[in-house]
Amino acid sequence: MKVHVDMALCASHGRCVFAAPDVFSFDDDEELTYEPSPGADRRAEVEQAVLSCPVRAITLDGDHG
Amino acid sequence: MSHGESVVVVGAGLAGLRSATALRERGFAGEITIVGDEAHGPYDRPGLSKEVLIDRRTVLDTDLPVSADLHARWLLGRRAVSLERNRRHLTLDDGTTLDYDGLVIATGASARPWPGPGGLPRSGVHTLRGREDAAALRRALTDGGPLLVIGAGFLGSEVASAARALGLSVTLVDASSQPMERAVGPVVGSVLAGVQRAAGVDLRLDTTVTALPGRSVLKEALLSDGTRVAIRTALIALGALPNTDWLRGSGLRLNDGASGGIACDHRGHALQADGRPTSDIVVLGDVAAPPHPLPYDGSPAHLSLGHWSAAVDHADTVAAALLGQEDPAHEIVPSFWSDQFGLRIRSVGLPMLAERTEVHEHDPVRSRLEATYHRGGRNVGALTVNRASRLAAHRRRIVDAWYREETTT
Ligand SMILES: Cc1cc2nc3c(=O)[nH]c(=O)nc-3n(C[C@H](O)[C@H](O)[C@H](O)COP(=O)(O)OP(=O)(O)OC[C@H]3O[C@@H](n4cnc5c(N)ncnc54)[C@H](O)[C@@H]3O)c2cc1C
Ligand code: SF4
Repeated sequence: MKVHVDMALCASHGRCVFAAPDVFSFDDDEELTYEPSPGADRRAEVEQAVLSCPVRAITLDGDHG
Repeated sequence: MSHGESVVVVGAGLAGLRSATALRERGFAGEITIVGDEAHGPYDRPGLSKEVLIDRRTVLDTDLPVSADLHARWLLGRRAVSLERNRRHLTLDDGTTLDYDGLVIATGASARPWPGPGGLPRSGVHTLRGREDAAALRRALTDGGPLLVIGAGFLGSEVASAARALGLSVTLVDASSQPMERAVGPVVGSVLAGVQRAAGVDLRLDTTVTALPGRSVLKEALLSDGTRVAIRTALIALGALPNTDWLRGSGLRLNDGASGGIACDHRGHALQADGRPTSDIVVLGDVAAPPHPLPYDGSPAHLSLGHWSAAVDHADTVAAALLGQEDPAHEIVPSFWSDQFGLRIRSVGLPMLAERTEVHEHDPVRSRLEATYHRGGRNVGALTVNRASRLAAHRRRIVDAWYREETTT
């Protein structure tokens, strides 16, 4: 599974971190970091993160939308 | 309700789209009809008070993506005008009637109109809820200031921020003692007041607008502090009223006298006038008034919050309820955000309930802030400014406190 965050769009809402804390987190400089190839067992959480992001910055498996 | 039957969704906004999408994700294969009174399909409103006003995005960039798998019938530009629950049918403004087996009410809210005193000039006075409003306000701001914003809630403060970014002179008036006081409390409100003033906003607190005189063109405003301000444009930003008028007489319980909306149970089932839940009607988004999450002595029984996240977080729950499926029991905590004056304000829980605010970090140089909100022995909310890294842990604690009945301070 491939996850991508468009960092130009990301506005630090942190809602992806609520939904999938093992995949998304913030570093010490308040920048979002994430695991670009999480295990398949994280799919439901990442799908939730995609739906939760207010700026639609997250894409899963290159699937836009 | 079983598969193969038909669902009507009233309201083609965020909540309408998300509820329809959730029904499909839960396997509903019947017909879905979405009725919306705006001419266009679903779009996202938060950008309308932010990027759109400073031309960082156009109104068209706010379109919400609709999955090709949704297979919905869209009836746009049409308004539902009445509901007959016994016959399970709706009437639209063009006289069409629609039968349903399941109904989703997602009619959102409207900008609260000018309450007076007095009337309004025909031009120059705006409200902001939809795309056309944003386009009209943007044009007015392009013509230059001065701008008067009435109401320093989130929306008013964000528009003040956009107008300052465009170089306009801005007066921001609010009856409260701090901007956004109801939502963020007096302590954080006073920090925001400082930021707004430093950005050049003429902030008038504990002040109301007593008149916007003139019949045709707006020229000035009279304020309760006895002053007059010369203005070209005014924005009325006094909050939103849930769109429930079309349901008067339907026998559903309206949350009148409180925050408005349609009273529903924790799964989103609309309540009937006698308080019993309906089985075939659910409500979602700004129009929904779910049970108060942290009731206390004297609190209203139901609370409509008007946050973007409510429509998104509750969509799966209400879809399951309408389909008669088991409650997924998501642990939902309200959250909202606001972007203004370079501040990314992010909040979880219900800071509005707090009796006490604790500031854990306040770094004016980097514009960072972290605060928690408390009522009795309970942690009721948290808020960060440019410090989103701290939010998830606060949310976790609030989930534990709310859903596991632990008491934290
Ligand atoms: C300018 C602006 C900025 C915002 N910024 C933020 C923010 O920064 N953070 C945040 O958390 N929230 C923000 N919000 C709130 C957020 O946009 C709302 O919570 C969200 O739009 C709710 O979605 P909804 O679908 O319930 O309602 P709506 O988006 O209002 O959609 C309801 C739709 O139903 C239609 N409708 C109404 N009555 C009928 C009828 N009888 N028949 C048919 N159709 C009908 C309406 O015209 C509308 O299209 C903002 C809102 C605005 C207006
Ligand atoms: S939810 Fe979206 S905007 Fe928020 S941190 Fe995650 S990717 Fe960024």
